[in-house]
Amino acid sequence: MDKEIVLNRFKEIGKKILEDILNNNYPSITLPQRTVSNIIYDKYSKIVKLGDKKITRKASNVRQAKIFAQLLWVSYFSKENLVKKGKSCSLRDLYYNSFNDIKIKFDEQDESDKIVVEIETILGYPREYFHIIPEEKSSIFGDLTIEYTMPETHRGQRVNLQTDPDGKNIGLSIATAKFVECNAKMVIAIEKGAIFRRFVEEQVYKRLNAILIDTGGQAPRFTRMLIRRLNKELNLPVFILTDADPWGMHIARVIISGSALSAHIKDLATPEAKWLGIWASDIKKYKLPSIPLNQLDLHRLETMKKDPRYEEEFWNEQINWFLKLKCKSELEAFSKYGLTAIIDKYLIKKLSEIKD
Amino acid sequence: MLKFEEISPSEFFYRNKEIAGFENPTKACYTIVRELVENSLDACEIGGILPDIKVIINEIGDGEENKIIKIKVKDNGIGIPKENVPYAFGKVLYGSKFALRQHRGIFGLGGKMAILYGQITTNSPVQIFTSTLGNKLIHFFEMKIDILKNEPNILRYETLENREGWHGLIIEFKFLGNYYNARKKILEYLFQTSILIPYMNLIFIDNYGSYIFKRKSTLLPKIPEETPLHPKGIDLEMLKRLISLNKKENLKDFLVKNFQKIGNKTAEDIINKLNLNPDLNVRRLKDEEIIKLYNIFKSYNFKKPSATSLSPAGENFVIGIKEIFTPEFVAYNSRKPSSYEGHPFIVETAIAYGGNIPVPVENEINLFRFANKIPLIYDSYNDVSMKVIKQINWNIYKIDIYKEPVAFFVHVCSTKIPYKTLGKEYIANVPELAKEIELSIRKNARKLSVYLNKKRLYEYQKIRYSYLKEYLEKIFDYACKLGEVEIKKVDLETIINNG
Repeated sequence: MDKEIVLNRFKEIGKKILEDILNNNYPSITLPQRTVSNIIYDKYSKIVKLGDKKITRKASNVRQAKIFAQLLWVSYFSKENLVKKGKSCSLRDLYYNSFNDIKIKFDEQDESDKIVVEIETILGYPREYFHIIPEEKSSIFGDLTIEYTMPETHRGQRVNLQTDPDGKNIGLSIATAKFVECNAKMVIAIEKGAIFRRFVEEQVYKRLNAILIDTGGQAPRFTRMLIRRLNKELNLPVFILTDADPWGMHIARVIISGSALSAHIKDLATPEAKWLGIWASDIKKYKLPSIPLNQLDLHRLETMKKDPRYEEEFWNEQINWFLKLKCKSELEAFSKYGLTAIIDKYLIKKLSEIKD
Repeated sequence: MLKFEEISPSEFFYRNKEIAGFENPTKACYTIVRELVENSLDACEIGGILPDIKVIINEIGDGEENKIIKIKVKDNGIGIPKENVPYAFGKVLYGSKFALRQHRGIFGLGGKMAILYGQITTNSPVQIFTSTLGNKLIHFFEMKIDILKNEPNILRYETLENREGWHGLIIEFKFLGNYYNARKKILEYLFQTSILIPYMNLIFIDNYGSYIFKRKSTLLPKIPEETPLHPKGIDLEMLKRLISLNKKENLKDFLVKNFQKIGNKTAEDIINKLNLNPDLNVRRLKDEEIIKLYNIFKSYNFKKPSATSLSPAGENFVIGIKEIFTPEFVAYNSRKPSSYEGHPFIVETAIAYGGNIPVPVENEINLFRFANKIPLIYDSYNDVSMKVIKQINWNIYKIDIYKEPVAFFVHVCSTKIPYKTLGKEYIANVPELAKEIELSIRKNARKLSVYLNKKRLYEYQKIRYSYLKEYLEKIFDYACKLGEVEIKKVDLETIINNG
């Protein structure tokens, strides 16, 4: 995430708009269309992205001109007050900041949120790149030494991510830090904090030489960005551990291929990542305690069947397994065999199976 | 059947107090001013003279509520020949004319009632100065009505030299009334009169101050023609009285001469239906034959009554509204003559918007009603015009008649206004009339709607332009900062104008 690249892109946008104005044209900007019809799944790269359709926003009427002015203000605000100064703010902060300019002021946070997505689409970068950050919780633990690049107060400071047994919260600073030294050989992303905690306590990081990540449910974009960097920059294989239900399956799939909501952003997906489990087929294989699928689960499975991301044979089979068994199981279900069973009886076995 | 019998003037007065508008001291006060002003206006219009009227009211004495009031009205009308004065003011006559012409009131009767009321309540005489056009003398009368004999009783008669060539009438008398309560209505009446009669110049003076309703137009209305009655417009008693006034005429001549829309052929047709001899003396008609004739009148298919006897305000209506309210928009419309029950009528309406037209008081509608050029002040809620306006769906015209500065003006002229009550303050919901009023108002509403739409569009574009410019300034400003470029001046207007 290069600061200069973002600053330059903002500068280019400003110059482009000025050019329009000086040529006596209404300011306009062209960007990829984010509508459903333009969200495509690239089977080859396994990534969800936007197609070739473009739209042009033109400040030729009052409504559009206002949105356009707001868009430029958000860009200006990010560039000058956040990126240049190495600071960050939340979507809520941004909304309140707009109150300083009565002409720009957003009536609802919904409006400023939409403009942030618009800028993401124009730049092709997540809002984290221009320092407007989410508030989701997600943590990392493992033998990786990083060096902060921001904020200014921490620049150059190094820290080993194994120092805090609760894990380090993944925020802008960790997501943008330089990787200095890494002794781990793999990354294990886990859907649930409780299991992440057990893995720390049972020293899975040492036994498997792994970096552990708690995704806190659906992985936030910082986390997905970090996972991708660990995979691309450090060549670490990534394994994902989730509940055995359609939702857990989808958490894995989004880390691998990206989501429709952030299809406009590159560099979030990790196509090489692997879903370790729990698979639907494992429920029977390991005789796990299970609960029946509810209507919502079944409906979700039907939608997933139509999703191109699930066309691959393995994923399609898993969906069919769920539909056949009509039940689901949680990571904690292994506790039936003892608290460490998930590691001793499952994780290690699964890893060796997948590597083969 | 009711027969006409002689009654004394005072009896007549008491019997007709409500009809004449003298039911209480406040109303009496208002009615007296109105009757005298209207007589003056009539006297000017008949002579084609622009009215110059002066009204002076003095409260005398210390009465708590009802005081003796002295009223003096001066006009520049055609005046009254000296030989007619005693009977014009000193004898109460029953409607002496059967020919029809649109009058403000029934000729003279209202004025005589006013004088009679004054004499009954104060026992004082009336003073009259008058001179006709070209008369070298001004005639002065001080007289009373001999109530028992129904005869004028002249107390004084003098002549003065008419050096300045004045013509017109000055009438002065006292009456008991409540001026304090009536004053507001009187001023309202004069104000509204000046809307429809902008060619009037009126000075009003009372104990509290003076008001001038200045002439705003020199356009005199055409003098309505006298036309005979339409057969459908006559009631049984009038028919009997009309017959009793004719001494020698035969039936056929009687019909042709006394009624409009009855020619020789129609007369013969009617006489055939009556199965009578056309040469029969009309006085010889028996009661049942008169009733039969009356019923034929009601059912016979006559041509519609002529409207030449009507006098709409026309251009003066618009002049009055424009001069008084200086509205930003006025639409005027006059309907073609129509009729109900044998009475011709013409409806003219106007809508005015903006300027000095006030935004209505909560839940009210700005409505000015006129009947035969008389403003109707009381009871507007029950009036046919109010009902018509309220049942129109104003949303289709995009006009909020309760919240916008819009005023309606409705003038109905007819040989017989269908008043709902004896007090003659509001017009009944006669379907033929309601229809014409609605069509007229709707036509104006459409014009106003077009005007307002244009205005709104223009204002919208003006706002749009300024907003767009403000946002483009913002865009330019932030684009400069974002692009890190410094440009001092930029022409944003060209962009908007080209776009």
